[in-house]
Amino acid sequence: MKFTTVTAAAMVAALAAPAWAQDTKVIGVSIPAATHGWAGGMNFHAQEAVDRLEEVYPGLDFVLATASDAAKQVDDIEDMLATRNISALVVLPFESEPLTGPVQAVAESGAWVTVVDRGLAVEGIEDLYVAGDNSGFGTVSGEFMVSAMPEGGDIVVFRGIPTTIDNERVAGFEAAIEGSGINVLAMEHGNWNRDDSFTVMEDFLSKYDKIDAVWASDDDMAIGVLAAIEAAGRDDIQFVLGGAGMKEMIARTRDGDAMIPANVTYPPAMIATAIEMTAVGLTSTAPVSGTFVIGSVLVTQENAAEFYYADSPF
Amino acid sequence: MAMAQMTQTAKISVDLKVLGPILALVALIIVGALLNGNFLSAGNISNVLSRSAFIGIIAVGMTFVITSGGLDLSVGSMAAFIAGLMILVMNGLLPSMGAGWPLVMVGMVTAIVAGTAAGFINGFLITNMRIEAFIVTLGTMGIYRSLVTWLADGGTLSLDFGMRSVIRPIYFDGILGVSWPILVFALVAICGEVVMRRAAFGRHAAAVGSNDQVARYSSVNVNRVRMMTYVMLGVLVGIATIMYVPRLGSASPSTGVLWELEAIAAVIIGGTMLKGGFGRVWGTVIGVLILSLIDNILNLTDGVSPYLNGAIQGVIIILAVILQRDKKAEG
Repeated sequence: MKFTTVTAAAMVAALAAPAWAQDTKVIGVSIPAATHGWAGGMNFHAQEAVDRLEEVYPGLDFVLATASDAAKQVDDIEDMLATRNISALVVLPFESEPLTGPVQAVAESGAWVTVVDRGLAVEGIEDLYVAGDNSGFGTVSGEFMVSAMPEGGDIVVFRGIPTTIDNERVAGFEAAIEGSGINVLAMEHGNWNRDDSFTVMEDFLSKYDKIDAVWASDDDMAIGVLAAIEAAGRDDIQFVLGGAGMKEMIARTRDGDAMIPANVTYPPAMIATAIEMTAVGLTSTAPVSGTFVIGSVLVTQENAAEFYYADSPF
Repeated sequence: MAMAQMTQTAKISVDLKVLGPILALVALIIVGALLNGNFLSAGNISNVLSRSAFIGIIAVGMTFVITSGGLDLSVGSMAAFIAGLMILVMNGLLPSMGAGWPLVMVGMVTAIVAGTAAGFINGFLITNMRIEAFIVTLGTMGIYRSLVTWLADGGTLSLDFGMRSVIRPIYFDGILGVSWPILVFALVAICGEVVMRRAAFGRHAAAVGSNDQVARYSSVNVNRVRMMTYVMLGVLVGIATIMYVPRLGSASPSTGVLWELEAIAAVIIGGTMLKGGFGRVWGTVIGVLILSLIDNILNLTDGVSPYLNGAIQGVIIILAVILQRDKKAEG
């Protein structure tokens, strides 16, 4: 008797759900807050994608939440699941481990899950993974260094906040420059921060009489590095390679600044790709599940104009 | 002091209390000089002193706030917000005023006015609305951090390029090879020391921090003294920001993160009591230099994994405070 009641209830729910869903489906978007340049750009593109898609798909509703740390992000996702009845979740995890459980709970509730940039600790939870290529970011950077310094030379390397992302980038870079005659004098964490990188570069300049080039690995860090070099009046440094494609730096590459000959992309707009693909998946029969890797591309003076986004804050 | 001379052991502990921060600083300088030949070069010393100036100027103000029994957690966010405001005002007025010193002056006035106002708001909420300083400044810390993120649209506020070459000399130039931030820091520290030791205000701040009831009976205007310490700190945050903006010409949500804790740590390393009642401005200056030198030395050497920088800082901060702990205060 009990069994039939449950079955009946389930059947009612199963019949009712699609009928309700035809009115509006809610897509939850959970991302880290804009605490540094790249995240700021990512927030901008997320907001823009949400605004645009709400116009395009009247049947979709979006909830955008930004979290200042992993714990807050877990709360956001739990709230979305409990109160907004989301049909899909697009999440750029702050950290992989703490977010794995809550995102798994969303997947088990039957909602579509799209994970962006950082993977979860357990494989197979997400329906769609839109990934940045951190190892490739390091490889492309390293290959550019090798081509720009055919005779080799001494460089210093700036690392980001100690994370898996940073480790993968540096590993890719080291593999690419191996055996090329490029010698890494020192590596230090500039934490993707201008001020930290400025002071670290000042100290590198005191420590080493001759530095041929700098892999700043990020445009915020490159700005700090360039300011320190300029203040010290040193002319032994031939160039600084940043990364992630901040628009001011792309503009300098485009305009032929010899100190910034290139950039390597790690586009914050990947969040827009993820939201867009999720919307397509919910509203059409086009298959979008799987893994979508957004490659890191080398930007030089020739193609820099294509990578300059005038409206973006990053 | 008279008590201290009564027994030999007490005398040594008091001496250590005064000498502790100085000994730690000297030890660091010796370690630095041994590890790297460039450590004592004029360039490196100038770098370290210039970059200490932001936290240093703020920490002098923080010394007065802590001495009078208060605390201000909002200074880092406040500096970021003021920096953002200063950049926006200068960028906004650039078309009408043109790049030049009048516009720099407007930027400076903006920073000082904003700092004064921010300090006044903290002081008003703490003294007149009688809310705990910790809670008030925790609140304003979040408010200013959000405001700068909002002003910058999550990205970075950058000073217009034409203006940057005009304003750059404020950080990088100076008199006789001594850069402006160092000179301003020195001036602020000397004034702070004089006010703490010689002026009625310094005595009143210590009295309020020691026992505000007794201070009130001694006809000290407790609320006014407290209010003044916060306003003074706000003004000093404004001055620090004036030094900060010319360096990179930008402000972002990551500007000034954890400056409040660095300033508080410097104040405590310098011998000021966290619970109030006693403050030492010259000690704060030494505390600031100790914190900057640790970073500098770790960057100049290869021996230590950069992952451990924070741990080494923590150990040295605790050691510096152990050296000067006050045995008599127990029980």
